[in-house]
Amino acid sequence: MSRRSLAHLADQLGLGTDDTGCNIVHVDMDAFYASAELIDRPDLRGTPVIIGGGARGVVLSATYEARALGVHAAMPMARARRLAPDAVVITPDHDRYQQISREIMAIFASITPLLEPLSLDEAFLDVAGARRRLGTPTSIGQHIRQRVHAETSITCSVGVAATKFVAKLASTVAKPDGLLVVPRDQTLTFLHPLPVSAMWGVGDRTEDRLRNLGLNTIGDIAHTPTQTLTRALGVSAGPRLVDLAWGRDDRPVVADVPEKSISNEHTFERDVDDPKVIIRELLRLADHVAHRARTRGFAARTVAIKIRFADFTTLSRSRTLSVATDGGHEVFTVARELYEALGLQRVRIRLLGVRLEGLGPAGERADQLAFLDEATVDPLERRTAELAADAVRRRFGNAALRPARLIDPESAP
Amino acid sequence: MKVRLERDVMADAVAWVARTLPSRPSQPILAAILIESSDTGTDEVVLSGFDKETSAQVHVAADVSEPGRVLVSGRLLAEIARALPAQPVELILHDRQLAVRCGRASFTLPTFNVEDYPRLPDMPDSSGTIPGAIFAEAVAQVALAAGRDDTLPVLTGVRLEVAGDSITLAATDRYRLAVREFNWSPQHPGIDTQALIPARVLADTAKALAGADEVHLALAQGGEGLLGISGHGRRTTTRLLDGEFPKYRSLLPTESVSTATLSTADLVEAVKRVALVAERNSPLRLSFNGGEVNLSAGTGDEARADEAVECTLDGESIDIAFNPQYLIDGLGAIDSPITHMSFTASSRPAVVTGMTEPGALSQTQYRYLLMPIRLAG
Repeated sequence: MSRRSLAHLADQLGLGTDDTGCNIVHVDMDAFYASAELIDRPDLRGTPVIIGGGARGVVLSATYEARALGVHAAMPMARARRLAPDAVVITPDHDRYQQISREIMAIFASITPLLEPLSLDEAFLDVAGARRRLGTPTSIGQHIRQRVHAETSITCSVGVAATKFVAKLASTVAKPDGLLVVPRDQTLTFLHPLPVSAMWGVGDRTEDRLRNLGLNTIGDIAHTPTQTLTRALGVSAGPRLVDLAWGRDDRPVVADVPEKSISNEHTFERDVDDPKVIIRELLRLADHVAHRARTRGFAARTVAIKIRFADFTTLSRSRTLSVATDGGHEVFTVARELYEALGLQRVRIRLLGVRLEGLGPAGERADQLAFLDEATVDPLERRTAELAADAVRRRFGNAALRPARLIDPESAP
Repeated sequence: MKVRLERDVMADAVAWVARTLPSRPSQPILAAILIESSDTGTDEVVLSGFDKETSAQVHVAADVSEPGRVLVSGRLLAEIARALPAQPVELILHDRQLAVRCGRASFTLPTFNVEDYPRLPDMPDSSGTIPGAIFAEAVAQVALAAGRDDTLPVLTGVRLEVAGDSITLAATDRYRLAVREFNWSPQHPGIDTQALIPARVLADTAKALAGADEVHLALAQGGEGLLGISGHGRRTTTRLLDGEFPKYRSLLPTESVSTATLSTADLVEAVKRVALVAERNSPLRLSFNGGEVNLSAGTGDEARADEAVECTLDGESIDIAFNPQYLIDGLGAIDSPITHMSFTASSRPAVVTGMTEPGALSQTQYRYLLMPIRLAG
């Protein structure tokens, strides 16, 4: 179901504006990456713009003008270009998005510490404690929309409801540049006409199964025996959907969800079988995840690599270290050994990933020294260098400094 | 097939073979045990297992009324054999099923097709012998330092070097290195050969043969990549590992700036206590100074622990830190009442050896090298 028909539905329902007990606010930036690019390209406002890159990348974001032509996120670039031949295509600049995201999250954090970011451009806020200071949830929502627009010139949409599930649906319905309150006693009036695909955790496959059972709306799910859904979807998903369909969602807004892993992946423009290119990419990914771990004060016990081959088969290998690490070189060494142990004979690789698991506080820095370490550089000196690089990147951006092997000779000054 | 054998004999034999069977075989038949009795006259049953890497075989005494061959699930047979009452066991093959009868208990097991079972590799000719107890001790001391990470296969092996009547075993996971030398009785005094043996198989086999008066080591000639170990009517063959074992001899320090001798039991106790606060194997710090060594672990806001142990220090004071588990492994392996440790620097390997009594020479047949953890600042 498209956004327009969702919005139409909401209008029809006439939910009212009573926000008593609606303490959950969900904020979602409108076409975040595209909007972020338009800050520097005001000339493109009102035109179709697609953010995405590479010969076979996917659409990461698009302006509403491009979406009107049928372009949507995760669509292959080639298809998007056919749908919107006049659209301007911009290569994503993740550093820039992260920077804007930090500004937005800082605005949210000034409202309440009960802030749960879902991604760069999306967060839940529990405003129960902010009412005395800042007014009703609805006025807080308006206040957020004004401040975000004033400070970043990007619009956002806000959903206000009694639960996370409903608040997130409300902001989706309110898009773009809108605010929707779902009064507590109107929750079911709002939920039940919505299609099952609008539910959290219902992807294509689950949607198919539900439709095979003749269940098309959230209301249909609510009136189906739990056992039936458990049989169709399993013991965890079945009862959960029934609860959500009745507006029961007791998940609190949790600030600072502890991170379980830190990972980065890269899809090559073209499948790669050259070990030199692969090892260089492992270095870049290792350097990046280790930098992220250091920035957050974590050290990892386990280093894992993920490889997806040209035929989409995927495998992972991991090694647990004797002492936790946050060093880029050490992560790279393990990642390279894991890769080399596979003994791949020029198999074509589509995607590479490096992941850190078993995260704990970095604490006292300790290096388990090893025999036969080919390293000629003292680990302590290397660490000093990596910390200095972190400081440079904080100030000048992630591209400012990196291992020499990663510098493209073509683009070097 | 119809045979009868003693319960304990059968349980031991099945356990010996089942030890090497894979828990997750690539084909189900590779997790089976083959039971054979070739002749009515031999009064002997042969049990075998083979997963294409490792084979195990044992000959045991039995009353054979009817010869035959049968292949059954190894894990199940091992569990049954362990649980049987102390009475003679009868194995009877009937209609492609094996009946196991003991006292009033009786089991019926499905069988695999014997024709599909791979042929066990031939045992190479014996290269020499060594008492089982010495072999078991040496292997246990060394195998504990081998790596367990299959992504670094060379380090999961124990290096065996034979030079005449002397054998050296070595293993390292890069963080510690264990080396043990011992004498044996070779068939040919001029023998000079090397092999890299999977540490887990070697350790299990050596332990199981600890009671044998004589263990035969059989190194296949001509690059067949096979080691045979036999004794007590039992034999194992294992495929050797490929790859170049690190040149470990150059890692053994030739001199030291300080040495410490202390009671092994006191040190082990103290290390175990202090290590209680060393979460995730964080470092255990040792500060050797004058007549004692101070052990400590934990930092900052975390739990911390301290303990002092008496020691005799010869040379300069030294502060050094280790993974506590690695240190405990080494102290357990030296198997002597007095521990001798020698150091060159806080960032260089420490050597742990055993001494029979204070003032005696350190026993250098076994050396455990331990790389320290370096602390920042």
